Amino acid sequence: MKPQILRAGDSALLVRLGDAIDPVVNARALALARRIREAAWPGTAEAVVGYASVTVYFNPLMAASRELEQRINSLVSSLGNEGPPKTHTVQIGVRYGGEHGPDLEEVAAFARCTPDEVVQLHASRAYRVFMVGFVPGFPYMASVDERIAMPRRDTPRQKVPALSVGIAGRQTGIYPIESPGGWRLIGRTDQPMFDAFGPEPSLLQPGDTVHFHRMK
Amino acid sequence: MPRMLIVKAGMLATVQARPRFGWQHLGVPPGGAMDDYSFRVANLIVGNDAEEAALEVTLLGPELEFDSQVTIAVCGADLTAQTNGSEIPMMTPVDMAAGARVRFGARRSGARAYVAVRGGIDAPVVLGSRTTSLSGALPGLAGRALRAGDELQIGNRTVGNPRRVDPAMWSIGEADAAVRFIPGPDIELFGAESRDAFETGEYRISVQSNRMGYRLEGPMLKPVNAGTLLSEATPIGSIQVPPSGLPILLMADRQTTGGYPRIGTVITADLPIAAQLAPGDRLRFARATEDQAIAALGAREQMLDWLRSAS
Repeated sequence: MKPQILRAGDSALLVRLGDAIDPVVNARALALARRIREAAWPGTAEAVVGYASVTVYFNPLMAASRELEQRINSLVSSLGNEGPPKTHTVQIGVRYGGEHGPDLEEVAAFARCTPDEVVQLHASRAYRVFMVGFVPGFPYMASVDERIAMPRRDTPRQKVPALSVGIAGRQTGIYPIESPGGWRLIGRTDQPMFDAFGPEPSLLQPGDTVHFHRMK
Repeated sequence: MPRMLIVKAGMLATVQARPRFGWQHLGVPPGGAMDDYSFRVANLIVGNDAEEAALEVTLLGPELEFDSQVTIAVCGADLTAQTNGSEIPMMTPVDMAAGARVRFGARRSGARAYVAVRGGIDAPVVLGSRTTSLSGALPGLAGRALRAGDELQIGNRTVGNPRRVDPAMWSIGEADAAVRFIPGPDIELFGAESRDAFETGEYRISVQSNRMGYRLEGPMLKPVNAGTLLSEATPIGSIQVPPSGLPILLMADRQTTGGYPRIGTVITADLPIAAQLAPGDRLRFARATEDQAIAALGAREQMLDWLRSAS
């Protein structure tokens, strides 16, 4: 897909680099965001990555969108084959099933396998953190094994317990705080995901790698 | 230093200050005053920095008590602010004696009023800002609404003298709310029928509306591919269309990312108009160009610059 730059209001430019969950595209988005931050063009504020996009927030009284668009286009053209930037790998222990994972059996039924096999499939691969959003510290990770990639619920729960681990299609995530949520809850961790006063407020950042393992 | 006691919290009272910029990549919305124009005018009137910490109060106002003399100003919604049985004039610096109480009464116009106290409010600074985040992710006072019994220390951060303004020149236009939007980024997912319905229809703010966003009732919109797109960042003012077809207008405490198609984005200059709407109020959308949006924003910021420099 050809990169697109679209207006998202008068103070944001949306750069779409792809239309699928793809680590290569996401790596390009991360690299682009990093370069935009480093360039620090007058009037530009944050650059926020999505799965396959970067949104550049700017002050339209200090920067002209057409000029910003040109500068972004130049940066996009100059993106090489981005190898993965230095990020970190995080191990996350999960108590799967039971009261911690009320939807585990449902996912097993969907996958036509046992709950233990669902756990095995979830915990046996490394996930990339593609983006962080929804609430502070919530990591969007992919890709979940197709067999257990159950779509999200039609009606979200009013309250998902804090630190629940969930699945929504090919995505997996962790709810840092209690919040409404529609993902299939298969377990729970006790690893804090967000601390405003920590050295890094969020445990996970875009580009990180996550391994889950079963806790007793 | 003077202290402000929250005697009663009212419907929703929060400390708002300069938005918490710089953390959206970690899911932290900038937040800040819903009507950032009235908020800044209130601060400038009492001689504070425009984005000093002040109170945002909603519909049913709180009851406040000051233990020493302070100067305050009330801007934004007219919620019949009063002290000692007499009304506090809007958009005017007013001295409060030690022990004075401020109450609010009937809602006459708008939804959110700003109470700026000369010197500012010493709410805790978290991730670079005193702005409250109701997301539940921030600790202490930074993460919750004000409650009866809370005591806030008043600061001593002033940048100029209090000043008077002509309220007629400074109020946000009211009622008959039409807000302008810039189409996109997913406008091509909507056919002519939906676009037309959106631009000519009348929407109502539903009761499922708050600082995160307004769920609207009115003409349903049908994107070509119903469902969700890949999640991406969602600016304030984004008009999302979920599977129900009923638009959601994202406001100050919105989620930083989302996957619903977006038919348009309300222009920055008109967000304060939207901010003064409460459940049951009506809202219409009018298409604008980027140039019109920038002109409107420029005009507004120019007025604030004038107020900033007038002393």
